[in-house]
This record gives sequence, structure tokens and C-alpha cells, in this order.
Amino acid sequence: MDLSFWLPLFFAGAMGLALLIYVLLDGYDLGIGMLLPFASEEEKDLMIGSIGPFWDANETWIVLGVGILLIAFPQAHGIVLTALYLPVTIMLMGLILRGVAFDFRVKAGDARKGMWNALFAAGSLIASAAQGWMLGAYITGLSDDTTGLLFSALIAVTLPALYVLLGSAWLLIKTDGALFEKAIRWGRNALLPMGLCLLLVSVATPLVSSVIADKWFTLPNAIGLLPIPLITATAYAGLVWLFNSPVILRSGYGWLIFAALTVICVMASIGLGYSLFPEIIIGRLDLWEAAAATESLLFIFWGTVITLPAILGYTFFIYRVFRGKATALSYD
Amino acid sequence: MELDPFMLARMQFAANISFHILFPTITIGLCWILLYFRVRFTLSGDKAWEYAYSFWVKIFALSFALGVVSGITMSFQFGTNWPGFMERAGNIAGPLLGYEVLTAFFLEASFLGIMLFGKERVSNRLHLIATALVAIGTTFSAFWILSLNSWMQTPAGYRIEDGVFFVESWWQVIFNPSFPYRFFHMLNASLLTAAFLIMGISAWRALKQVDGPATWRVMRTGAAMAAVLAPLQIWIGDLHGLNTLEHQPAKVAAMEGIWETEKGAPLTLFGFPDEEAKTTHFAIKVPKLASLILTHEWDGEVKGLNEFEGATPPVAPVFWAFRVMVGIGVLMLLVGWWATFTLFRQPLESRIEHPWLMRALSAMTFSGWIAVLAGWYVTEIGRQPWIVSGLLRTSEVVADHASATLMGTLLGYVGLYAFLLVSYIAALRYLATKPARSLSLLPQAQRFHKPDQEGV
Ligand code: HDD
Ligand code: HEM
Ligand code: HEM
Repeated sequence: MDLSFWLPLFFAGAMGLALLIYVLLDGYDLGIGMLLPFASEEEKDLMIGSIGPFWDANETWIVLGVGILLIAFPQAHGIVLTALYLPVTIMLMGLILRGVAFDFRVKAGDARKGMWNALFAAGSLIASAAQGWMLGAYITGLSDDTTGLLFSALIAVTLPALYVLLGSAWLLIKTDGALFEKAIRWGRNALLPMGLCLLLVSVATPLVSSVIADKWFTLPNAIGLLPIPLITATAYAGLVWLFNSPVILRSGYGWLIFAALTVICVMASIGLGYSLFPEIIIGRLDLWEAAAATESLLFIFWGTVITLPAILGYTFFIYRVFRGKATALSYD
Repeated sequence: MELDPFMLARMQFAANISFHILFPTITIGLCWILLYFRVRFTLSGDKAWEYAYSFWVKIFALSFALGVVSGITMSFQFGTNWPGFMERAGNIAGPLLGYEVLTAFFLEASFLGIMLFGKERVSNRLHLIATALVAIGTTFSAFWILSLNSWMQTPAGYRIEDGVFFVESWWQVIFNPSFPYRFFHMLNASLLTAAFLIMGISAWRALKQVDGPATWRVMRTGAAMAAVLAPLQIWIGDLHGLNTLEHQPAKVAAMEGIWETEKGAPLTLFGFPDEEAKTTHFAIKVPKLASLILTHEWDGEVKGLNEFEGATPPVAPVFWAFRVMVGIGVLMLLVGWWATFTLFRQPLESRIEHPWLMRALSAMTFSGWIAVLAGWYVTEIGRQPWIVSGLLRTSEVVADHASATLMGTLLGYVGLYAFLLVSYIAALRYLATKPARSLSLLPQAQRFHKPDQEGV
């Protein structure tokens, strides 16, 4: 077996997985952050309570994603982060604001609670939009012509909708009563922009590069790939239907929304992965050109194989400990 | 000093890492202290220890949050500011950072949830284990990142091909020559910083007369720690310095302000280093002491900055930062012993008899921060102009962003950090001012359901 061939592949997969998990998990808590201004004071505490034990670990998945980029593909890491310097900086400031606001809002005294709530929401919105921008820029091969910028801007306004949907879905699992009903409304409102985001990304990728277009639209492939758009469309239709049948959601099937969103995100990442492969930066660098030395990859490979299952294991455990409907948090 | 992109990138990196290090320094030490409170409570059933835990865990959580968000910034900074570093040294730096994420970050971030909010949901034992795992996680973090930093100071176990570093031996990379010293010096620094933080805030509560039984147990814990760890820190620091002399003599020459190689070199206590004139103005010197400290011989030879023409660090900041750190170290020793002798000779709650001790302790609440920053400035500025000592220059790896962009983001970061620092200290003050709960007033069952009742 040729390690210098397989290891970069393994790490590309691990990076994709880490980022997918990041979008799903941090997506819901960023979404809740953006929804905060629309809730009453009591509901705010409940919403924050529902993400309290999780957000920190959720955010760690992006550290792992970027970490793998840095560990396994140092060449690409430099290029991507240099090109995305501004959106990355803006995202970081957003993440900083919302991460600390979370704690300050209960500890800095009631007089300041309003300010920290606002910063929590603003930080979540800024971080989500910046991530959308980065995704857009990445898909267009980091080009900075007008179309590229316009496209990035479009993703920047639509990706937050996905997070809002994830946030509502999380509330459908963790809450009941008035907040639950609000979550249904919030989710329904976010459906359309989120669908738009999805559509844009799918249409844009083949347009950016003819190589990608060929991969999707030449014959034998096109048929084999058909399940991806079909499953996505079905899941999306399912979402629309569920949101319009609140009886089902109310009778304990709120989690179906999260499940459908997960399906969509998984399909989207498979599609994106297929489009990109074997490049890591479209049109510039492939996986193997960007990869670190094999002995370094092997050293971290063993660590990953041992620790990643453990991490998934205890993540699962934590979610079990905190299962059930959320309560407002107290540190006592 | 000209504000070219290179300078700005350095300033930005320095601002971010300086802000970040403040919080891990607290959390690494504080978490072990929390574990101690937790164990004391489990063993004795004394409610005061439980209150001590629940008060300090709030401050821990706040510090942790600040540490996490600024740490996430750090993990992007290598790529945004020093892309060349990852391209050249990525084979070494990457896996070390990777192990930090895999073995430390997930562990602490995940079990933090149980530690903070899980008391009602898990058994007492599991809660204790979660606290221990978070403490272990923070210490692992320090282990890996300090291994990387030490490797940049004293590289070992590598080979270079076409300017790119490759690993020859992971063992030598991880346990490079300065690593053990740096690791223990930093761990000890965290424990000291946390000790002075808990003493300082407890003393402040005593002065404001909002203290309770737990306040006094906490203060004693801090005092005992300081009394033992302060001398230990000075000792490890001395060993650390000797190690630096062996591997980075230019740094030591800058720390001591030694311009010319000499035998029987004097120790400069204070003075104003002048790089142009290559001399220290108004120097107060103790004859032969530098030679004695550094070589353990009265007439030992100490290399001066003249030996490293073209590769010397800026002298004044290193010289001054070193004196600040050592000064605080000595002060910590004196105050730590004073507090121990006073507090352990008397019954627990004899606060008001010692107003001066209380004032001294509360004045030193954040002394650990200053010493830690000063220590890191010695280390990092003293390494210049190298990013990897003797092998790779910082100027070779910088990203080429426009000055205006860097200036804008730098101002953004600095403004944000200033705001957060002020908010952090204000929040500590607010938490510390709340009156302590009287132990008898609080029925056991009520405890979990009263989010507003804070303070011990
Ligand atoms: C509470 C904090 C604290 C205190 C009281 C001290 N230090 Fe320190 N020192 C640090 C916190 C620190 C640090 C921030 O943790 C550093 C920076 C890098 C490192 O590993 O430790 C450091 C670095 C550092 C270095 C730099 C080594 C190098 O970069 O190669 C030396 C020589 C010393 N220390 C020596 C001392 C001495 C002789 C002290 C006697 C009083 C002392 N330190 C007190
Ligand atoms: C242990 C992890 C650390 C690593 C891996 C690290 C790495 C680096 C790197 C890559 C640079 C930029 C290149 C350079 O200017 O040399 C740098 C500079 C710097 N770092 Fe660190 N650093 C660490 C910890 C710290 C801490 C904790 C502080 C301060 C509290 C600090 C303070 C500085 C300063 C002030 C500079 C700028 C020095 C100058 O350019 O003159 N570092 N460090
Ligand atoms: C350039 C250097 C550094 C980088 C890239 C870095 C990166 C990070 C990141 C990404 C986190 C957040 C982890 C999470 O999501 O939970 C973090 C937190 C942490 N870091 Fe750093 N860090 C650096 C320097 C240091 C240094 C010098 C130390 C200590 C000696 C340190 C100790 C910690 C600890 C203990 C935490 C846990 C959070 C906390 O306690 O506040 N880091 N760091």
C-alpha cells in the first residue's frame, strides 16, 4: 500500500467530516444566536440553556477542520487563509463576541444583560455570514473578480438561513410550548432562503470550472450521481411538508427536521467533495501537491485513528447526559 | 519603528497571543484548584468547600470562554500571518498542534459541559471525574503547545531539505532541550497566577465585608500554594535560564544587558540599555554576580552581544521584561510567606486584624498575568530575529497583506480585546461583591433551582 497516496486521501476525508460535523453542530447554536432577538426574555434563557453544555465542543470541530488543513495540507492552508484573511478575521471577531457574550450575559449583572444578548445575536450573525462568504469564495476558486465577489456575497446572506433552520430544528427537539410554536414559524421562514443557498451552490460549482461540469454532466457519471440531487430534493420537500403539518411536529417528531437537514448537508458535502476531488484549491493545487511529508502524516494518522472514535464516543455520551427538554441554566 | 506589513503582522500576532495566554494561564491552574475543592468536599462533607467550588467554577467558566474564543483566533493566525512558517515547518508544527486538538481541546470542551451544568444529571463521582478530565485537558494543551514553542526555541530531531523541515525523531522534537524547563515553568506559573487570583479576590471580599466561611478556606489554599510554589518557580526559572544560556546565548546576553564578552561579568540590576551606543546607562551593577549565576564560577566567561552581530534581539524590551518577571517572582515569594505565616497561625475567620495583608493580597490579584506576559516577552522577543532559532528568520515567512488591511484588523482586535478585558474584570468585581450566602439559610433542595443566588 502506498502511504503517500492514501494518507492525504484519509486526511481529506477527515477534514470533510470535521467540517460537516461543525456545520451541523455549531450551525444550530449559531442559528439560536441569530434567533435570540425574536424571543421573550424568559425564552432567551431557555434557548441559551438548550445550547449551554454543547457550544464549546461544537466550536472545537472547526478548530479540528482548520487543524487538519494545517497539519495535512500546509501549502493549501497558507494559500486559503491568506486569500480569506478578511472574512476569516471578521468571522473570528463574530465567534469571539458570541462565545463570551454567552457567559457574560449571566455574570456581568442584570443591567448589562441586554447588551450581551444583543452582542450574542450580532456575533452569531457576523460569524455565520462570514462563513458563507468563505464558502462562496472557496467554491469560486478564491477568485476576486466581480462575479466571484457577488457570488460570495450571495452565499453570505443565504448560509445563515441554513443555520437558522438548524437552530429552529434544535428548539423543536429541546423545547415545548410557546417557544416550540415560535420555532416552527422561524423554521418555515428560513426555508426559502436556505433552498436558494443550496441551489446557488449546486449551480455555481459546475459553472466555475469546466472540469467540474464535465464530471457531473457526462453520461455514465450523470446517472450514477443522480441520487445526490434526488435525495436532496426529497429531503427538502420533506422539510416543506413537515413545516406545514405542525401536528406531526407537535406529536414528538420535531427531530425529523434535524434529520432531514442532516441528510441535505451530507448530500451537499458529498457533492462538493466529488466536484473538487482531487483538487484542494480549484484549478491550483491537488491533494498530493499540498500534502505534508508522509512521516508527519503517519505520526498524526495513528493519533487520529485512536482519538477520533473516543471523541465521537464521549460527544455522544454528553448528548445523552443532557438529553430531554432544556431548562434555563444555573451554575449552582 | 516603521509600520511596514512585517511589523504589523508581528504586532497583531503578539496582541492576539498575549490576550489568549491570559486566560489559559488562569484556567490551567484554577482547574486543579477546583478539583482540590471538589475532593475536599467529597471527603469532608464540609459545605464551605462546595460553595468555594460553585463560586470559582463561575469564574473558571468565564475565563475558559475567553480562552477558547481567543484560542480559535490563534489557530487561524499561523495561516493568516505566517503562511511561510507552515509551508516550511508544517511537517513539525502541524502534528504537534494536531495532537493538541485531538487529545486536549475536545476533552476539555466536552467535559466542561458536565462540569458546569451536569451536577444534577450525573453522579457525584462522575462530576468529580469530569472536573479532573477538564484539568487534565488544559494541562495537555499546555504540553503540546509548549512543546512546539520550545522546539522553535531549541530545535532538535529535524533535517532540512530545500528549506523545508522534516522530522528525524519525534521523541527529540517533542522533548527538545528546552521543553521540560518551559513546561514546568509555565505550569507552575499558572498555578501561581491562579493562587494569587483566588487570594486577591478573597481578600477583596474580606475588605468589603462580604466574605463567608468559604472565603477563608480559599484564601488559605492560595497562601499555602504561593508559599511553596513561589520558591519553586524561582528555582525552575534559574534552571531555565541556564538552559537558555546553553542554547540561546544571545537571548541571555540581552536579558542581562551584557554587551561584550567578559570574564567575571557583573550583574546589572537596573539601567537603561542603549542599543546605538552599545551600553547601559546609569547601570547599577553587582561585581561578578552574572558570571556566578550563569556559570556558577566567579570568573566564568559570559558571551556578550558582540558575538552575535546581525542576529541579536532588541535589547531593551528583553532586559526590562526579564526584570519585571523576576521582580514579581520575588514579590510573590515575600507576600506568599507573609500570608501563610499570618493565616495559618490564627483561627479561620480573623479577617479584620490584618488589613494590610488584605490590601497587599488584593493589590496582587493580577500580578501573575503581568509576570507571565513579561516572561513570554523575554522568551519570544529574545528569540528574534529568528522564528525557529538559528534556522529560519521571521522575515522569511510573513504573509504579504497590505499595511492598511493589517492596520485595520489590528485596531479591530485591540479594541475588542480592550473591551473584553474591561468587561472581564468588571464581571469578576461584580461576582465578588455579592454578599456571601449564609450556610444555614439555604436548604439543600433549593440550591439547584435558584439561578440568581450567587456568591459564597
Ligand atoms: C507567574 C509567573 C512567573 C514568575 C513569577 C516567573 N516566571 Fe519566568 N517565565 C514565566 C512566568 C514566570 C512564563 C510566562 O511562563 C515563561 C515564558 C515562557 C515560559 O516557558 O515561561 C517564563 C520564562 C522565563 C525565562 C525565559 C527562558 C527562555 O525563553 O529561554 C527565564 C530565564 C525565566 N522565566 C526565569 C525566571 C526566574 C529566574 C524567575 C524568578 C523569580 C521567574 N522566571 C519568575
Ligand atoms: C506556546 C505557544 C507559542 C507559539 C507557538 C508562539 C509562536 C510565535 C510566532 C510564530 C511568532 C511570530 C514570529 C516572530 O515574531 O517571531 C511569535 C511572536 C511573538 N510571540 Fe509567541 N508564541 C507562543 C506563545 C506566546 C505567548 C504566550 C506570548 C505572550 C504572552 C507570546 C508573545 C509573542 C510576542 C510578543 C511575539 C512578537 C515578537 C517580535 O516579533 O518581536 N508568544 N510567537
Ligand atoms: C500560538 C499558540 C497557540 C495556539 C494556536 C492556541 C490555540 C488554542 C485554541 C484553538 C484553543 C481553543 C480550544 C477549544 O476550542 O476548546 C485554545 C485554548 C487553550 N489554550 Fe491555546 N493556543 C496557543 C497558545 C497557548 C499557550 C502558550 C498555552 C499555555 C501554555 C495554551 C493553553 C491553552 C489552554 C489551556 C486552552 C483551553 C482553554 C482555556 O483554558 O482557556 N495555548 N488554544
